[in-house]
Amino acid sequence: MRPTDVGHPDYFHRVVDCQWACPAHTNVPEYIRLIAQGRFTEAYLVNRASNVFPGILGRTCDRPCEPACRRTRVDGTPVAICRLKRVAADHRDEVAHLIPTAPSEKNGKKVALIGAGPASLTVANDLMPLGYAVTIFEKLPRAGGLMRINIPSFRLPEPVLDEEIGYIVNMGVEMRFGTPVTSLKALLDSGEFDAVFVGSGAPRGKELDIPGRRDSDQIFLGIEWLESVHFGHVDSVGSHVVIIGVGNTAMDCCRSAKRLGATDVKVVARKTRKYFKASPWELEDAEEEGVEILENLQPIRFVLEQGRLVGMEFDRFRSIEVDGTLQQEVVGREIIPCDTVILAIGQDNAFPWIERGIGLEFGKWDMPVVDRTTFMSTRPGVFFGGDAAFGPANIIWAVEHGHQAAISIHNHCQGVPVTERPPRGVTLTSTKMGLHEWAYSNNYDPSGRQKMQHVEMPLRFQNMTTEVEKGFTAEQTRTEVERCLNCDVQTHFTDSLCIECDACIDICPVDCLTITPNGEEADLRTRLMAPADNTDQPIFVSGQLKQTGRVMVKDENVCLHCGLCAERCPTFAWDMRRAVIDLPHAGAAVALVTR
Amino acid sequence: MTYIAKPKVHHPALQKNAIGLVRRDYEGSVTTLCAGCGHDSVTAAIIQAFWELSVHPHRVAKLSGIGCSSKTPTYFLREAHGFNGVHGRMPALVTGANAANGDLLYIGVSGDGDSLSIGLGQLCHAIRRNVNALYVLENNGVYGLTKGQFSASADPGSLSKRGEANTMEAIDGCLLALTMGATFVARSFSGDKEQLVPLLKAGLAHKGFAFISIVSPCVTFNDHEGSTKSYAYTREHMVEVVEADFVMPTKAITTQYDPGTTRSVTLHDGSRVQLTKVADDYDPTDRDRAYGYVREKHKAGQIVTGLLYIAPDSSDMHEQANTVAAPLHDLPYETLCPGSAALDKLQTRFR
Ligand SMILES: Cc1cc2nc3c(=O)[nH]c(=O)nc-3n(C[C@H](O)[C@H](O)[C@H](O)COP(=O)(O)OP(=O)(O)OC[C@H]3O[C@@H](n4cnc5c(N)ncnc54)[C@H](O)[C@@H]3O)c2cc1C
Ligand SMILES: Cc1ncc(C[n+]2csc(CCOP(=O)(O)OP(=O)(O)O)c2C)c(N)n1
Ligand code: SF4
Ligand code: SF4
Ligand code: SF4
Ligand SMILES: [Mg+2]
Repeated sequence: MRPTDVGHPDYFHRVVDCQWACPAHTNVPEYIRLIAQGRFTEAYLVNRASNVFPGILGRTCDRPCEPACRRTRVDGTPVAICRLKRVAADHRDEVAHLIPTAPSEKNGKKVALIGAGPASLTVANDLMPLGYAVTIFEKLPRAGGLMRINIPSFRLPEPVLDEEIGYIVNMGVEMRFGTPVTSLKALLDSGEFDAVFVGSGAPRGKELDIPGRRDSDQIFLGIEWLESVHFGHVDSVGSHVVIIGVGNTAMDCCRSAKRLGATDVKVVARKTRKYFKASPWELEDAEEEGVEILENLQPIRFVLEQGRLVGMEFDRFRSIEVDGTLQQEVVGREIIPCDTVILAIGQDNAFPWIERGIGLEFGKWDMPVVDRTTFMSTRPGVFFGGDAAFGPANIIWAVEHGHQAAISIHNHCQGVPVTERPPRGVTLTSTKMGLHEWAYSNNYDPSGRQKMQHVEMPLRFQNMTTEVEKGFTAEQTRTEVERCLNCDVQTHFTDSLCIECDACIDICPVDCLTITPNGEEADLRTRLMAPADNTDQPIFVSGQLKQTGRVMVKDENVCLHCGLCAERCPTFAWDMRRAVIDLPHAGAAVALVTR
Repeated sequence: MTYIAKPKVHHPALQKNAIGLVRRDYEGSVTTLCAGCGHDSVTAAIIQAFWELSVHPHRVAKLSGIGCSSKTPTYFLREAHGFNGVHGRMPALVTGANAANGDLLYIGVSGDGDSLSIGLGQLCHAIRRNVNALYVLENNGVYGLTKGQFSASADPGSLSKRGEANTMEAIDGCLLALTMGATFVARSFSGDKEQLVPLLKAGLAHKGFAFISIVSPCVTFNDHEGSTKSYAYTREHMVEVVEADFVMPTKAITTQYDPGTTRSVTLHDGSRVQLTKVADDYDPTDRDRAYGYVREKHKAGQIVTGLLYIAPDSSDMHEQANTVAAPLHDLPYETLCPGSAALDKLQTRFR
């Protein structure tokens, strides 16, 4: 193999598994260290720079970082990254004065954002400080999108939403509430805006057209029903509720139904648990509240008696897994009695307000054609992001889309091609402070993952607004922060210094290191102290070593970042260096692209 | 020395040996030697060898004298028995311990100062007695622990860290062992575990005194230019004469050996050492020629490594002295101490 280029911004970034997996590339280990030092405000700001809504995401994020966390490969459970995010948000001081502000002198460019969900809000967050005049059109009377109207407040309290959305709106965004955009053509033709961003989400709940669907008023679409609950149009529900589908929406519907007085709530799924869309923690939380989750049932009709909904009939499946795919066959029929059914089987996009023939192409499934890097549609100056771009995803993806679209909008308005992205970079700083002293807590803490405490059962059903999760205690926080392995403090090797004494290899607790003759990657991976069979993880290869011409190889897979290799190295060939990955947002582009 | 203890957590794919232990189970407490010391690599090789042999750690006794090298038994086999004696007296300790309990596996670790200066006489007699033990001499050419004075193994002309040349002749532990009649003599290098680990295993399986001298650089006091015991110098000057591969008694030979250059020596427990000649004119079972060969190469500036000499059917101290085979602590008290009547009877024989 050729020597690894650790100066490439992706190499060390990949080693920080959580940051690499986070769509917005939040610098997780850095904020965890700040929390460990009690610097909650700074921890919050590190979060906010990437994910914009730390308080909201600290409660609701889909957490793609956690399954990626190295700690899972070391002791089986990831660091509670998301919970720690909430710790930073809950314990920080006032930050209003630390949030970027818009300059009083504007840059003369106007941008329209359609929808006030997380995607649009992120675009506004990035563009306002650059002097843009930003207008948000929102059909509803309040900002937040699905975060506000669909995610129930027992999971996400309104004050948290208000505060974090406020930081953006208060930069001076012009909010036009109760103003649905009904014609994109008209908006574009008005010539008022230099760029338009569509962040209108995926607002239509999927239908289930089976017999009986139109014969009762006790059959609801999940996202519409949650919205009605949010606005107080619905404040009660039947006592026997069946929810069809087992994704995020179903989980929020079943738990809301419990709080509106339902005594018997069943969530019914066609597939088996392994294939459920809801996250494992959402399923656990619902089951803890007494929601029954049934599998292998496919709805075939609504059962009505004298026009009243009394049940739902299902085909019962037997499921087996063959070569990793689920195979199901019908083995019977079954009626589940109920008086209310909520359909939560997914969302569709709908753009009835976007005219065809305005240079904005639609492709497969009647979705607009959107570039995955620039987020621009085929009509220059019109951008998409969030659920509107590629279908329903989650908040953190909406945020990242917003960041990328903001870069493109900025380029577009400044006459720079949208394809010209600001370059990523990496800066390395040694953490060495003494012979055995490092600027981070390098000792491995064998503690297990801390469990979130919940509000006691009867209490939490009293209303819709009692937040169930209590947040970590100080003790839990102290333990959990130490579980983080500091994967951003990188093992950095200088081959010219190595005397091949093997000290680093002998001390490494997890057999990451080997000195061996060079070879092709596939072959090298089999010749290491421990076989490097996790090919998702990179291996580092040094240049030729002076004494024998062999190379130093490191399998990054389970490195604890304990620094023992660097402590045992007599020549400081190994050093522990903190890598800061520079992932620029809008604004950096102009500074870097000089012409 | 390192401040944090080596975390217990290990690689998820770490293999278990025949008795269900992973390599990490054979470690001791974390080293307090200088970072980069050759002795730590020898420790790692010892850990590997015991793991590969699936030895129960509590069936091992570790003995040593004084010196950085003599500190190392603390760093492996934390569950083994151990005794850290006074300077140069480890050979007497291992002899005594073995006399009292021949059932344990003995490993003695020493340095060139411990073995070739203060303990020279002790070593010679342990060799003569053919005590059943593995004797590891970690040779760095200096007294590391007392800050780097030349030891008896320092080569004439080798420079100290301050630039003074050593003027005295060196004692080569391997030549000494050959002269004293050692039944197993090997030389290796701390930086070559591929060679070292099989030698350690063969030494542990050998019945009798297995002497291994290992060039093990003192990174702090003897790893500079002008030293003949540095990492760089050793790598440039070492030549392997016989490559030893150790084969467990139960294991079939799967590797293809070329009969022209390879021979197999079967040890008392049925295990085998496959000897592959790297140098054409070398015979590891001919003591005199081995001696001559090592001397000759030394004059040419080469450090001969590998299994230099082996006498497969040697008889150890217990056999020679016809002493009781069972460990003394297993003997009934009356047998061990037959009482004053028996003593009187014995004494009358000498009147
Ligand atoms: C029940 C439910 C629970 C969820 N739970 C989570 C969770 O726990 N964690 C998570 O990460 N994600 C969750 N999601 C997904 C997440 O809410 C969305 O992916 C995210 O909000 C998408 O953001 P967005 O900005 O693209 O659009 P949205 O949040 O959908 O916002 C779009 C906004 O545009 C407005 N709008 C639409 N059309 C127009 C128009 N023509 N003119 C003006 N305004 C318009 C809408 O009123 C809305 O306010 C959940 C989704 C649902 C349905
Ligand atoms: C009786 C006695 N004399 C002298 C000493 C001082 N002393 C301690 S270690 C040592 C030499 C150790 O050299 P070596 O065996 O080569 O070990 P190394 O530290 O080089 O591994 C000496 C002379 C002592 N401890 N006891
Ligand atoms: S930091 Fe060094 S010693 Fe620690 S696990 Fe990683 S490679 Fe091994
Ligand atoms: S400890 Fe340092 S000098 Fe020794 S092998 Fe490792 S990198 Fe090289
Ligand atoms: S002084 Fe020399 S022999 Fe002793 S620990 Fe340090 S490097 Fe090893
Ligand atoms: Mg010495």
